[in-house]
Amino acid sequence: MYQYDQYDQQMVDTRVEEFRDQVKRRLAGDLTEDQFKPLRLMNGLYLQLHAYMLRVAIPYGTLNSKQMRMLGHIARTYDRDYGHFTTRQNIQYNWIKLEDAPDLLADLASVEMHAIQTSGNCIRNISSDQYAGAAKDEIADPRPWAEILRQWSSFHPEFSYLPRKFKIAVIASDEDRAAMRLHDIGIQLVHKNGELGAKFFVGGGMGRTPMIAPEIRDFVPADELISYAEACLRVYNRYGRRDNKYKARIKILVHELGVEEYTHQVEEEFAHMKTLGLNPPVEELARITEYFADPAFDTGASDELDLSDPDFNLWVDQNVVEHKQPGYAIATISLKPKGGIPGDASSAQIDLMADLAEQYSFDELRVTHSQNIVLPHVRKNDLYALWQKLDEAGLAPANLDLITDSIACPGLDYCSLANARSIPLAQKISERFADLGRQRELGELKLKISGCINACGHHHAGHIGILGVDRKGTENYQLLLGGSAAEDTSLAKITGPGFDEDGVIDAIETVTDVYLEEREGDERFIDTYRRVGMARFKEAIYG
Amino acid sequence: MKILTGNDLKTGDVIWWTGSDWSRHVENAVDVGEHGERILHEEEATRRVNAPYIIDAEQTEDGPRPAHIKDRVRALGPTVRPDLTLKPADPEAGNWVI
Amino acid sequence: MVEAIRFRDDVHEEPAVSLDAFLDQSNATAVRIEAGEDARLLLPLLDRISLVEIDFPVFGDGRGYSAAQILREAGYEGELRASGDVLVDQLAYMRRCGFDSFMPDAPIDPKVMEDSLARYDNVYQGTSDQRTPIWKRRHG
Repeated sequence: MYQYDQYDQQMVDTRVEEFRDQVKRRLAGDLTEDQFKPLRLMNGLYLQLHAYMLRVAIPYGTLNSKQMRMLGHIARTYDRDYGHFTTRQNIQYNWIKLEDAPDLLADLASVEMHAIQTSGNCIRNISSDQYAGAAKDEIADPRPWAEILRQWSSFHPEFSYLPRKFKIAVIASDEDRAAMRLHDIGIQLVHKNGELGAKFFVGGGMGRTPMIAPEIRDFVPADELISYAEACLRVYNRYGRRDNKYKARIKILVHELGVEEYTHQVEEEFAHMKTLGLNPPVEELARITEYFADPAFDTGASDELDLSDPDFNLWVDQNVVEHKQPGYAIATISLKPKGGIPGDASSAQIDLMADLAEQYSFDELRVTHSQNIVLPHVRKNDLYALWQKLDEAGLAPANLDLITDSIACPGLDYCSLANARSIPLAQKISERFADLGRQRELGELKLKISGCINACGHHHAGHIGILGVDRKGTENYQLLLGGSAAEDTSLAKITGPGFDEDGVIDAIETVTDVYLEEREGDERFIDTYRRVGMARFKEAIYG
Repeated sequence: MKILTGNDLKTGDVIWWTGSDWSRHVENAVDVGEHGERILHEEEATRRVNAPYIIDAEQTEDGPRPAHIKDRVRALGPTVRPDLTLKPADPEAGNWVI
Repeated sequence: MVEAIRFRDDVHEEPAVSLDAFLDQSNATAVRIEAGEDARLLLPLLDRISLVEIDFPVFGDGRGYSAAQILREAGYEGELRASGDVLVDQLAYMRRCGFDSFMPDAPIDPKVMEDSLARYDNVYQGTSDQRTPIWKRRHG
């Protein structure tokens, strides 16, 4: 994976000192909270419901064991012994003291990590496919492109006070595991005439007005990537709405201008940008790509797997997928134990995952947007030993992509924007559907829960989504059906009037019952829903 | 009743105005009547509190109970982690929030 | 009245006129652009301009950064001034986008400004201040 050179290191070190100075000025009273807020947000520090919350960037969701151990160290030293992996492949800590933040950031910088631009109206952490570099179906590793974009977007002077936050995802396969088309810019690497380049989708997003990004260019060559991204951003920075926070995302601009007009403006800007010498040479992409070379795979590794232990067999069947390298596999560690908090991990669990990555996965881990952890390069021979260690630590739920593998935002338990709690719902659903046989009978079923309309829990993109709202001071939950964040991207629709907490869980059970009745062949839930339509489900729920 | 809340500038702790100082316990909050705005400005200017605001609360046997669920979550701590709340030993504490 | 902070030696006394007025009257040499106005309208007239003032109504309105870049990219070499809600922690980015003078609503601490402008030895991207981006240092 990528390693900082002296320049990258100097940038993050300088950022730590800059922030140290800003914190000092705030504590001394030289900055008001109004002045300090955008400065701390630009470094991922929020003031949340209970305390300051710090969001640490995990660029394109990739990290090594040393970095993972540092995340555990931070949980122990500066927080309350745990961290929360987020739907943007980052980690956040809920109990950070402002006075500790500079030291914490210095610790992060010592392992080439930072919290730069994890909040604010700027270009946020670039997300990517958690299977990058290991996936059988990718045409190239998307991460070098993401790293080029990370460097370009870091401290970008023109695009740090955008109308609203800006999220970019890069993938390199037809199967979309990163919700690419629900980003402000989604990039898919493609080949054209034997050359690798980027297909651009612009104007997707969730939030209160969810939209699927339309394609605006089928191919941008590697050495024009930055010019094209600059062009997309400049049109947005100039013309994106600033009169209404809820209409300020680029999706609204693209929608209001129309795809054709937005594209036209970008192309005009691009023609100009291309003359400015903004693009790193192809040698820079080549330099970065070298860091992402395959690890030293054992070419003689066996594909044989002893599945005689039934629990192990279930875990392999559900949580392990094929690797591009024979004899290897990609294993997902589910952070969704029965009754647990989706995405939370204790410092001990974080340390253990770091150790296991070092021992079994060439030192590499990934964070997924579904709030799980991936060990991307595990020799099949080692899977059983790995599973035993995970199981001992409560890290082996065999529920990847099943109904209990839900996504949930922090909700009203932690978040000052939330209207309702989301975690207790995830917990209760995982208890209601605890029987693994039942979960497997329901098959792939993406359940996503948000505690407010901002949709950090991706509820619009859930096969089943739940949206928490405030109804006259009490928590109320709307049910949505039919969304998908995968390559068959679709947006879920609200079934009807909302429910209380138990009511919505009952309604989900009704919905899954209808699916089992209506299912044909090996249809997934989403396939059946698309075939039979909302009415059948609605009728069963509301009578 | 009207009570004042905010966060400690350095630590981020949720705090409540007691009439002369700030406390982590909502039980110690006092009714500020019409004086909320003035106290907020003075206290924020001296940085004894960060991002303070006035809320409605109800006086109960156990002390003030904020009117909105959000402030009750703030007063206690996350309902999903009773061990991290201000009342880790009280298994029923979460009911006060809901 | 706060004085302009300038990073150039020449002096302009002429008050800036609005964009509409400027486009109407051929003898003005200083123009002021509001946040939503199109800096490109000035491109045919750059020869006769010696001061462009770009307003920041609130610090979070970043349109002025693009306006500045557009003017510099087109070869404008006159004074480029940021006015309004201009805060010390934004000056470095403004300098990178080509601003070379500042007329902030509230005074700026010179020491904090000096530290802030000197802080980063390197930059990741090419902008109109012509600093050498890191990728270019890596590849000569």
